[in-house]
Amino acid sequence: MPSATVRAGWCVRFYMEHYNMNLTLKVWRQDNKNAQGRFETYPVKDVSSEMSFLEVIDLLNDRLVKEGGDPIAFDHDCREGICGMCSMYINGRPHGPWHATTTCQLHMRAFKDGDTVVVEPWRAQAFPVIKDLVTDRSAFDRLVQAGGFVSVNTGNAVDGNAIPVNKDNADASFAAASCIACGACVAACKNASASLFLAAKVSHLALLPQGQPERKSRVLSMVAQMDKEGFGSCTFTGACEAVCPKEISITNISRMHKDYLFAGVAADK
Amino acid sequence: MGLTGLFLIGFLVIHVGLNACIFADLPFLNPSDNGEMFNRAAHFMGSTIVTRILELVLFAGFILHIIQGYQLEIQNRKRRGTAYSVGLGNRGSKWYSRSMGLLGTLIFLFLIVHISAFWVPSRITHDLAPVAYGNGVEMHNLYLRMFEVFQSPLIVLLYLVACASLCFHLLHGFQSAFRTMGVHNKKYLTMLKSLGYGFAVVVSVLFALMPIAMHFQWIKPD
Ligand code: HEM
Ligand code: FES
Repeated sequence: MPSATVRAGWCVRFYMEHYNMNLTLKVWRQDNKNAQGRFETYPVKDVSSEMSFLEVIDLLNDRLVKEGGDPIAFDHDCREGICGMCSMYINGRPHGPWHATTTCQLHMRAFKDGDTVVVEPWRAQAFPVIKDLVTDRSAFDRLVQAGGFVSVNTGNAVDGNAIPVNKDNADASFAAASCIACGACVAACKNASASLFLAAKVSHLALLPQGQPERKSRVLSMVAQMDKEGFGSCTFTGACEAVCPKEISITNISRMHKDYLFAGVAADK
Repeated sequence: MGLTGLFLIGFLVIHVGLNACIFADLPFLNPSDNGEMFNRAAHFMGSTIVTRILELVLFAGFILHIIQGYQLEIQNRKRRGTAYSVGLGNRGSKWYSRSMGLLGTLIFLFLIVHISAFWVPSRITHDLAPVAYGNGVEMHNLYLRMFEVFQSPLIVLLYLVACASLCFHLLHGFQSAFRTMGVHNKKYLTMLKSLGYGFAVVVSVLFALMPIAMHFQWIKPD
């Protein structure tokens, strides 16, 4: 057994050593919502292991523009894992092979020289493709509009001790609130269900005192909106939790079901 | 789905319990039992008004579960739209969690054969050999019927496939039913998960042992 320092050195070398690679990208191209899509194959040379996945598409797009072609349309904004825009299905997994990582934070050291990488948009009836890898995820906005808020102005941030919140609830609420609404849960679910997203929004407020007055009406109207938008139903396969870049727990869905069942019989209206 | 699933789980407990009475006839238990314990249990289930009403509720439960199951399956299948060229596969979920409709269909096909082999002759056509145990009450010798049916290797194979399907259906279904009903306490969920795995395996193995024991004549009518 090598000593700890030798092992640590080996790990650093193994994971962090810089290398260049040549890749083949198979990317879904679709001109607009109604057009027939197809895969296009692009060889990409000299990709640095230190690039992010989005930078590789930037690199390819530069070349496509120079060649007078149409650059690949893809969503992105913060490029630091907090906005949830960079949604794409990479080699059969939302946001690519790394656990708890968004596409923008996926580094190319996840791949080897010679790899073929298949890139597809989210596939769900409720998320129609607008162009290439860009899908219309406004259904999520409408879900939040259906009840994912507190109706009164809660004013400025108050003193930390002014409203007592149980620490476990605060932690669980905070964990649920870390959802970035990227839609990976819908993309991975065999039923294209938005239950994990919805449950994150419902739990986030249901666990805090400010969320209590509208707790029942919120869950009822948000679930109704989910069905209206054409998302499927949850059958607890667990795929959503496994691919969520923010590791939102599937137990939130059970909490939402409990609130829903309870609200169904006890709601005021 | 969750409610009817839990109801059917409750039914399985009773069904496997009563049928396991056939094992009283095992050589190292009570070789002179000759199916008496089982026949009496089956007779009891068919001869009181309460159990006959429960039987109707059971049929309703099955029908509801099957209708809901297929509705859910059909609706959910439509939600994807275009299929992925590379799918997530087993990286996010178990194959049996994704195959509840298929596993349920296998159980359903089995149920048709099962009901026509045992339930129809015992409750509708009454063409089973009679047997009495000294107190003047004549009853169906279902034990004998089981033995006859399970001499066919094809039927035994069908039963084994059905038991395997049931096992996988329950490996997912047991815990999923509680999650559907809103259980979100981590301790309970961990407990229910283990309980579910145990239940699925024990029930399916017990059921599977019945055709096997009779086919290989570990137990047989004298
Ligand atoms: C007769 C044929 C059957 C069919 C077609 C069928 C079909 C289904 C389907 C499609 C589901 C939902 C899938 C999912 O949640 O992923 C399901 C769930 C379930 N089934 Fe069945 N099933 C059958 C028989 C049974 C039997 C015999 C039992 C148990 C004794 C059973 C127990 C359950 C349970 C506990 C669930 C989970 C409920 C939930 O997730 O809320 N099923 N079944
Ligand atoms: S671009 Fe914002 S999360 Fe990836």
